[in-house]
Amino acid sequence: MAVVKTLGWLTAIGLLVGLVMGFGVAPREVTQGNVQRIMYVHVPLILASYVAFGVLAVASVIYLIRRDPAADRVAHASGEVGVIFVGLGIATGSIWGKPTWGTWWTWDARLTSVAILFVMYLGYLLLRGTIDDPERAARYCAVLGIVAALDIPLVHFSVYWWRTLHQPPSLMKPGGFTGSSSILWPLLINLLAFILLYAYFVARRVRLLRAEAEAAA
Amino acid sequence: MSFEPIVRAVGVRKVFGLVPVLDSVSLDVRGGEAVALLGANGAGKTTLLKILATLLRPTRGTATIAGHDVARVPEKVRPLLGVVAHGAWVYDDLTAHENLKFWATLGGLHADADDLTAALTGVGLDRVADARVRTFSAGMKRRLSLARVMLARPRVLLLDEPFSGLDQRAKKWLEERLEALKAGGAALLMVTHSFGRELGVADRLAVLAGGRIALDTPRGSLGADDIQRLYVVHAEETP
Amino acid sequence: MSYARRALAVAWKDLAVERRSKETLNALVFFSLLLLFVFQFTLGGDRERLAAVLPGVLWLGFVLSALLALGRTFLVEREHDCWEGLLLAPGDKSAIYLGKLVGNLALMLVVEALVLGLFVVFFDVDLGRAMPGLLVVVPFGTLGLAAVGTLFAAMTANVRARELLFPVLLLPVQVPVLLATVKATEGLLLGEPLGAVAHWVKLLVAADAIYVVVSLLTFDVVLEG
Repeated sequence: MAVVKTLGWLTAIGLLVGLVMGFGVAPREVTQGNVQRIMYVHVPLILASYVAFGVLAVASVIYLIRRDPAADRVAHASGEVGVIFVGLGIATGSIWGKPTWGTWWTWDARLTSVAILFVMYLGYLLLRGTIDDPERAARYCAVLGIVAALDIPLVHFSVYWWRTLHQPPSLMKPGGFTGSSSILWPLLINLLAFILLYAYFVARRVRLLRAEAEAAA
Repeated sequence: MSFEPIVRAVGVRKVFGLVPVLDSVSLDVRGGEAVALLGANGAGKTTLLKILATLLRPTRGTATIAGHDVARVPEKVRPLLGVVAHGAWVYDDLTAHENLKFWATLGGLHADADDLTAALTGVGLDRVADARVRTFSAGMKRRLSLARVMLARPRVLLLDEPFSGLDQRAKKWLEERLEALKAGGAALLMVTHSFGRELGVADRLAVLAGGRIALDTPRGSLGADDIQRLYVVHAEETP
Repeated sequence: MSYARRALAVAWKDLAVERRSKETLNALVFFSLLLLFVFQFTLGGDRERLAAVLPGVLWLGFVLSALLALGRTFLVEREHDCWEGLLLAPGDKSAIYLGKLVGNLALMLVVEALVLGLFVVFFDVDLGRAMPGLLVVVPFGTLGLAAVGTLFAAMTANVRARELLFPVLLLPVQVPVLLATVKATEGLLLGEPLGAVAHWVKLLVAADAIYVVVSLLTFDVVLEG
């Protein structure tokens, strides 16, 4: 419990610092204006979701080998937080994109890959929701988690080739510019803060799941 | 002939959602012994059988077969089992012969055509061996199921109402086969609703009521009426 | 070897049941004809437009048929509780996966050949030069769909909302296969040799290998109970 509380405080501090730096201290972008500041939330959300799905994959493997319910709870919680973060990441990306590039969405490589990721892991949560037996849910979701993780590089390559071969590369790269350090530092701090936020949510959720499991026995 | 218990259930509890079906069931079946499990509808007999067959996991308590925990190492338990459950495990579009051959191959048995024919003859299905199972009655499908189990000569038999739907000749055949398996050291657990001569195979009677084993007694020389009386007393008791 | 015998027994059983009942085959054939009519009504008039969308439309047909076929593959086990029989079968369960995969692959390839034939006839498509390439791309693409499809079909066989959950799980995971097959087919139909779309074929082969190996390794876990 003490660990979780410390994590919570660190997260709060990190977010406070990061968001102040991003929305206050960091320089106003020349062409895009203040809306560009959404990047300080958008990019960390997406990257933190990658962390979530990586943890999900590892926890799934651990579960299948050791059949430890704790590993399953971590995978479950990571999936939930990961999906929320990706969803918010896509939403913030759209909010950034509309005034900046004139469109809510485009099928460029990165957006397409992230959208597929979102749907894949939404399916993961759906699978969990439809299986009543907790042990079977844990097993099946672990298998799905592993298949999904192994699929990610295939998705990445296939989508990238689809968009770049015989086609001009997309001009829209929501996080792909090399900025000066005044942009990089707020970005990194926010990234750390969002990863801490992910860890905090997962810790809370795992405790709740464990309490639910113990109550049902 | 009695050996160490091959089938052991200790304090088995099974809850579906919020409904407890089994409260605390403890039951042993030794090698060479047949136990008949009686109980009212919904008492949990099939649930207990499924737990022992590794098809369901107990919520609490342990069940072991030949020392292997059914929940933790089901893959070690399954090769020892012969299960005749509610469904007959038959493919309607295959013939009786093809069904038997499929399950024998899947079970890793080396059964040649003669073994298969002998098994079908035993249950009286040799004349319809090449007919599609779709044309069979429920009793015939049940008999095919029994032929499948007998082919494998399992060490533990879990049977859900094995005599239902059988005519006199088939019942006699089944009795003989079960006695032969017992003589070979197999442990039998039979869920049954009838009190007639089907219980002749049973060495012990157990009554499941209120989520527990309410009565566990040797059959001895109890007649059908005695058994019925005992059943009414124990099964219809509300705890 | 017992493993091979068991896998073959499962494949034979599935194909025998299908050959006699023809349930899935009939459904697939009618479905393909229906798709063909819909495509004709929506795209048939303009030959140039049809040529442009043909690869996508063709694989759309293949994928929808695959969803139908794979979604039903464990349905036959639901009668008379045969699923229990599979669960309790001793030994390595991945033999059952392999048998199912072979059976599904055979069924899907037959239907795809039929659909391809119908396209050639009704849309006056010339497949001549593309044929050798298609004979590589179509089977590898089908294997990709069937490999994960068979695994996911087993996972969703006994859950609520199976018909919804199965495509929702399968399609996002199959995006690499869909992209590779459509782009490769597109190139082949434009007259390019197989070498020009080699990177797509390599992706397809890599994907197939990953899917089959993972499914073989995890099928035991799915059929545990």
